[in-house]
Amino acid sequence: MEKFTTLQSRAIPLHIENVDTDQIIPARFLKATDREGFGNNVFRDWRYHKDGTVNTDFVLNDSKYSGSILVAGDNFGCGSSREHAAWAITDFGFKVVVSSFFADIFKGNALNNGLLPVQVSPAFLSDLMQKIVSNPEIELVVDLEKQTISVKDSELSENFEIDAYKKTCMINGYDDIDYLINNKEQIEAFEAQKIY
Amino acid sequence: MSKTLFDKVWDSHVVSTIENGPQILYIDKHLIHEVTSPQAFNELEDRGIPVFRPNQIVATADHNTPTLNQDQPIKDELSRKQLEQLSENCKKNNITLYELGHKYNGIVHVMAPELGVTQPGLTMVCGDSHTSTHGAFGAIAFGIGTSQVAQVFASQCLLLSKPKSLRVTVNGKLKNGVLPKDVILYIISKLGTNSGTGYFCEYAGNVFEDMSMEGRMTVCNMSIEMGARGGMIAPDETTFEYVKGREFALKGDAFDKKVAYWKTLPTDSDAKFDKEYSFDAEDIAPMITYGTNPGMGIKISETIPVDENPSFKKSLAYMNFEAGESLINKPINFVFIGSCTNSRIEDFRVAANYIKGKKKAANVTAWLVPGSKQVETQIIEEGLKSIFDDAGFELRQPGCSACLAMNDDKIPQGEYCVSTSNRNFEGRQGQGSRTILASPLVAAATAVEGKIIDISKQLN
Repeated sequence: MEKFTTLQSRAIPLHIENVDTDQIIPARFLKATDREGFGNNVFRDWRYHKDGTVNTDFVLNDSKYSGSILVAGDNFGCGSSREHAAWAITDFGFKVVVSSFFADIFKGNALNNGLLPVQVSPAFLSDLMQKIVSNPEIELVVDLEKQTISVKDSELSENFEIDAYKKTCMINGYDDIDYLINNKEQIEAFEAQKIY
Repeated sequence: MSKTLFDKVWDSHVVSTIENGPQILYIDKHLIHEVTSPQAFNELEDRGIPVFRPNQIVATADHNTPTLNQDQPIKDELSRKQLEQLSENCKKNNITLYELGHKYNGIVHVMAPELGVTQPGLTMVCGDSHTSTHGAFGAIAFGIGTSQVAQVFASQCLLLSKPKSLRVTVNGKLKNGVLPKDVILYIISKLGTNSGTGYFCEYAGNVFEDMSMEGRMTVCNMSIEMGARGGMIAPDETTFEYVKGREFALKGDAFDKKVAYWKTLPTDSDAKFDKEYSFDAEDIAPMITYGTNPGMGIKISETIPVDENPSFKKSLAYMNFEAGESLINKPINFVFIGSCTNSRIEDFRVAANYIKGKKKAANVTAWLVPGSKQVETQIIEEGLKSIFDDAGFELRQPGCSACLAMNDDKIPQGEYCVSTSNRNFEGRQGQGSRTILASPLVAAATAVEGKIIDISKQLN
């Protein structure tokens, strides 16, 4: 897994609540047996019309905006457990998703793929959206070590929470498999004496 | 100390706890399917890690399978390859696979309980969010991502922080025509799609106690639609009777010993939950959704609420509905009875009972997709198929089908589908399709009438 420490980048505002994993990557693109290339189809049915033409109204197609931070509405990533959603977002080039609330499974999948979910207060999210929309060139600074997200050259800043173990994993690029395999003996001992 | 059902099962599966971090949770049963497992197998192979406990894994093909001509080679190349990959991976790693056409094949959340893989007190995972279904047996069961599928392959464990506990109690007598699907759609409409996030939910009260296992599975299945990773119902005689004698269940004395243990699992009377909600069964009516998330539900006789939230308006615009309008008499051209929520024998009995002696409306395409080969066989043996045939409904072969439309079972652009599935997200049943979630009874009535009707009025 890629390491994550700090990131300074412009951001793309996706001002929609309850973005579900079917929107992030529709089921018809889940037939692949590897992890590559899902970025081509991220938010497919919002980025393109059914006839394949580009939907210029959609924010990802708006040349005003760019960057590797996605700022989204409340309850981001609800729905299915498809990790393809996290793969699609990272493959497209995002390294951070900011929202006021994340669905459980998506959050776990993101963390397992070096994509940092930054949960902020609804008020901060609203201010952030406004700032980006009024000046798409502003840059955000995400510091995982300090657990802060701020808008560069402004007062706007907030701390965010992250599980201490997951933070260590992200900073060092570790994943859970290594940890679990190193505990095989303990797992076998558990199996030998389980009570149920 | 007093414990909840969830505490008892969770605590008995903790291998160890990392200081200031997650716990290592032991997983008893791992269910896999073709869509979320291939990348996990690849990862293990790339890293030279063997599958640790292949005999605790059960595989099926369901998400991407055709529901017609299953005996013939699959036409779509990518789909065929995905299924071939699953067969190859299972063979290579000595994993039991009930592949397409096998008498035990079916949707993972239908076939595993049918075979008795699902049992009280177990921890179960699958790379599918509707794994919450198995909580109906008093198991801790939840959906995982593919990285976690790889973790369970490698170690039969997951690193997790214990979720908080939530209890939803429903007591009283359900009205005529109110099915388990209506109960859970009602709960989600009241609590919203993220009220359960970070929680494991227990359903309690006489309404769930009185339900069949099929009904309990429908309820637990949709726990994820309110954000809860899983839902559970305390195991009781109904549960024990269901499990008894099934393929994977223990037999004789060994089974009785298990039952004695399962009886210790229900929540202690003075146990505390982090959050509690309770509802009166009499307040629940046949439900229907009008928007693009499962929380956007109303009683079928109600009108769509008015809300100025831009996301709410976007949702109504997608559905081409107006705030304040009623859905009664809306013409509907597609009806789907199936999915891991409502494709068990009981669901088809309900539908057949309504349909018997009636005809499907001419404008409607009505697909009936059983959850498993066993359900399909039962439909035929019980004579339900002839009722469906006579009425003009199309009984297809088992699979996830139009619930997520990964295969060819897609609802056309702009069309409404009254569906017994679990998600009404934009384009879920096909690009541009509009899903209206409902019970098998409401779906059957819609197919017969060719439009949405107030089923409670008709029944009374």
